[in-house]
Amino acid sequence: MTAGRAGAGAHDHSGPEVSRRTLARLLSAAERNEKLDAVAAPGGDAATAPERDSWTIGLTGPPGAGKSSLADGLVAELRRAGERVAVLAVDPSSPFSGGAVLGDRIRMGDHALDPGVLIRSLGSRGSGGGLSPAVERMAAVLEEAGFDWILVETVGVGQVEVDVMGIADTTVVVVTPGWGDVVQANKAGLLEIADLFAVNKADLTGATGVADDLRELPGGGRARGAEAAPIPVLRTVATTGEGVPELVAKVREWRNAATDEARAARRRERRRREAVRRARELLSRALDAHAETPAGTALVEDAAESAEGPDQAAQALVRSVAASLDR
Amino acid sequence: MSDAPTRLLVGKAGIDKHDRGAIVVSRALRDAGYEIVYVGPGHQAEEIARVAVDEDVAAIGLSFLSGAHNEIFSDLRAALDELGAREMVLFAGGTIPSEDIASLRELGVLETFTPGTPLAQIVEGVDRLVGRSTDRSGRAA
Repeated sequence: MTAGRAGAGAHDHSGPEVSRRTLARLLSAAERNEKLDAVAAPGGDAATAPERDSWTIGLTGPPGAGKSSLADGLVAELRRAGERVAVLAVDPSSPFSGGAVLGDRIRMGDHALDPGVLIRSLGSRGSGGGLSPAVERMAAVLEEAGFDWILVETVGVGQVEVDVMGIADTTVVVVTPGWGDVVQANKAGLLEIADLFAVNKADLTGATGVADDLRELPGGGRARGAEAAPIPVLRTVATTGEGVPELVAKVREWRNAATDEARAARRRERRRREAVRRARELLSRALDAHAETPAGTALVEDAAESAEGPDQAAQALVRSVAASLDR
Repeated sequence: MSDAPTRLLVGKAGIDKHDRGAIVVSRALRDAGYEIVYVGPGHQAEEIARVAVDEDVAAIGLSFLSGAHNEIFSDLRAALDELGAREMVLFAGGTIPSEDIASLRELGVLETFTPGTPLAQIVEGVDRLVGRSTDRSGRAA
């Protein structure tokens, strides 16, 4: 399946052919969560949309670990096979102004003129899980546009920002020498979501120690596609490209091994998650809208005065929102 | 949602590597609520145009020390036209002789911020360019 599309180059995909500009604007609409028009609504109706076939690689890890540089190397390696690659690179939005300096592209400068590559920078826009709330929608647009690979680069994360596993087919956790000892390696959170560890900056002292600590982790933390095999640990030097072909080879192995049933299950899971996410968003908007009505305002005011405490007030507010939705 | 941040591209083109000013301005624009796609120095005009289209930004700001502003903006305008991004707004910063400002304007470089311009004034200028009201962010003014 992959092979069929692999060598065919930039325009081998059926479906509406859209210009680069249009695609970029569709991505913006998806980012703002605007309703996409019917003609160009990639993923608009996931149940009847043609089955596209992109594979999503999540890149996550602490700030400065080399995620963007590694993404750059992955793009170059995947392009060697002629496949189309999109990158969604997330950087943090300011909790104060909502603004952001999105600087991931600086490490990906060589691909600006390549028509088979689309790189898009995103602010995290209030999301605390390491991604932007829009990543899933934007990935759906890219998949529909026929990209063979979608790389999703998270903000620099600490230990608990694990949203990327929800969207990635393969999650690569990037760590560096000096990052921590064997106890760190056994902590819950970030390391549990890895399908593969990239020990980047592997030319620096300490890389072997980190790689050994990670290799000792029991496998099957997630066992997604990889069964209970130990989680592979690869050494990379993103700035020179060392180790990148091996990383791509490993991901390709998983991609090729994924059965149609597994892919279908993955799609269902994605739709299920998207439905829940949209419902949560609708509820949240209904709550915000309701809190501004006289009835809602009164409830909130009462909560401030009441001796009952915020939990009771919240429950009253939820009941009131539910009643307003029924009407 | 209508309150999504306005996106801007900021960087440098040609051989000119001095990007401290561009970084400081990016930071001020960030604090005013903009999302800045910061591309750093060393780009061709064609690359800047392509990135601006892919990133769907509202405006492009380039900083210059080298004196290449006329050529670069002229190339950038041509590249943007070719990509169907005729309406893209441009602004400039850095050491740009006052006699060039009018001719840059003809290329669609609607604001030029020369050295010493207060950051608040740059934010106001960019707000004007992209049609954003300065008080909306509550910080720019």
